[in-house]
Order: sequence, then C-alpha cells, then structure tokens
Amino acid sequence: MIDWTLENGVYTLSLGHAPCNEIGTGMLAALEGFLDQVDCDRAHTLIIHSSLRGGFCAGADLRELYAGLQGEDPATHRELLRSFLDRIHGVMDRLDMLPLTTVGVIHGICFGGGFELALCCDVLIAEKTARFCFPELRLGIIPGFGGIPRLRREVGNAMIRDLLLTGRSINAKRALAAGLVSQVVPKQEGMRAAKALAAQSGKFDPKARITAKQFIKPLPREELAREKELFVELALRPTLKAALKKFVESDDPRPYLA
Amino acid sequence: MNATVTTLIELAAKRFDADASAIRPDHDLFDALGIDSFAAAELLSDVEDKFDVEIPDYELQDIKTFAALADCIDRRR
Repeated sequence: MIDWTLENGVYTLSLGHAPCNEIGTGMLAALEGFLDQVDCDRAHTLIIHSSLRGGFCAGADLRELYAGLQGEDPATHRELLRSFLDRIHGVMDRLDMLPLTTVGVIHGICFGGGFELALCCDVLIAEKTARFCFPELRLGIIPGFGGIPRLRREVGNAMIRDLLLTGRSINAKRALAAGLVSQVVPKQEGMRAAKALAAQSGKFDPKARITAKQFIKPLPREELAREKELFVELALRPTLKAALKKFVESDDPRPYLA
Repeated sequence: MNATVTTLIELAAKRFDADASAIRPDHDLFDALGIDSFAAAELLSDVEDKFDVEIPDYELQDIKTFAALADCIDRRR
C-alpha cells in the first residue's frame, strides 16, 4: 500500500495503493504506521509521491465510505465519521508539522483527499500532467481532511472559491500561477527535481531550517476544527449517501465530470 | 475538417495509442479512445497545454465528440 526508504537523510514515501491511492482505513493505518516510525533525527527531508501511473491520489475511498454509511442508525454513522476524521486529521497535522522539509511530487490526479494530503507538504512540485480538484460539492459535502484551511493558507480567496464552488480541476500551469505549487517540471521529472531540492535542504543548519518552517507555516487549528464539524453535519444528510450510491453503482467512464 | 479538430484527434490518438486515421470528428471521445475518467483528466491537461487554453470541467459535461471539444477549445482561445 505504501513503502518508504531512508537514504542520506531523505525519506521517500511512495504511495502505491491501486487504483489511485484512495484514502480509506487501510491507507490511514499505513500512514499512521509511517509517522510512528519516522526518525526526524536521522533525516532532513521527506519526499511524498505516488508510484501509480494514474496520479498522486484520487481522494477518499468513496466505496468504503458508502459501505460504512449502510444501516439506519445516525448515531453510528456520526461515530464512524468522527472517528475517521479525528484519525485522518491527526495524520495530516503530523505530516504538516514534521520537523523535516516535506516535498510533494504530484502527477496526474490530485483530487479531494489527495489534494488535502498534498497541501500538508511544504513544497509541491507538479509534473505537467498534474490536475488539482476539490469535487466534494458534487457529493453534497465539503472537503473534510483539512483542505479548506490549508488551501486558504496557500492561495487567494478567488481561487479557493472557484475551486470549491465549481468543483473544477486545474492543471499544473494554473496551479503554479495561483501559487499552489512552486515548480512545474516535465512528465516523470518530478522525483529528480525533488531529490535535487532535498540535497539542497540537507545543506542547511537543522535548527534554522525547522525554525523557518514553524514561522512561515502555522497550523490553522481553529479552522481545521470548524471544517471537521461542518463536514460531519453535511455528511450525515441523505444527500451524501444518495450521491455515493450513484457513484458506486455507475459504470459511466466520466464520473468526475458529472 | 478544421485545424483544431485535426490537431485534437492527432494529439488524443498519440496519447492513447489509437489510430488517428480511423477517428472522425463526430466520434465519441470516450468510445474512440477507450479511456476512463483518469485518462480523460490526462487528455484535458494535454489539450490545455497544446492549445494554451483553460477549460473548466463543467464546460465539458455535454461534450461527447471530437468536433464539440474542438469548438469548445476555439471558444476559449
């Protein structure tokens, strides 16, 4: 599902859960496992990338979510959603605040929860194939893994509203213009660029590097907590379940365009 | 056939290893290329890059054919 290496102070975390690194309980546990074992005293940089052709990450595992929302007891659904959200927020917050320079290498699909995962990184390098999207409104919900506050930390409100309220996707060039990513590279050049960046980061004094990150990248705790509450309230309505049913049962090759 | 649709067909056929000479402007994009939604996103990136346009996904919802996509590209240029 995921794999990681540590070489010359650089962790490389490879996401490899087909079809496109959907985030369900399995991926969540794997990410928790990585974070429990990461040794920040032996490293200066973490590179996160996908080893799958389709892209970085397609977001939350909607099929698993749909299965979890079967049954009629709203209290059970609320408990399930809260438990998952608390855990995924824990993972995202830990990734966000790691005392390492974190570099996300993005190619292809970077949608929903995948986009939210990417937004935890300090630096995003997008290959030309990358596409970023928050499709949640199509399901009657909002991003729930911390995406809105983290997006607000990166880009202006005009772009946030366009992405959130239309559910449209943007390409790497547009993401660069919006300040969402800082480098765009050709297809399959992302890892080379990330390794070069890591080598540079490794030259710096650790205390100065960590202080710079903590200063410039505070965690928007209040907004993250508020987003979680709003997500749960929206997700408990029948709208989500109906949308997930349509998604799970559809054989339309264009569900993301619906 | 206008230049946009010709270029579009060549671009899409090359990306997905299809035979460009067998594709007509009125063919369904998904059927002709045998692609899924992930590949469609890839094609959209290629199109935006090649024609230097930005096309919101919601403008593509009713587009089925190469000719219709070519019209959309030309409107956005």
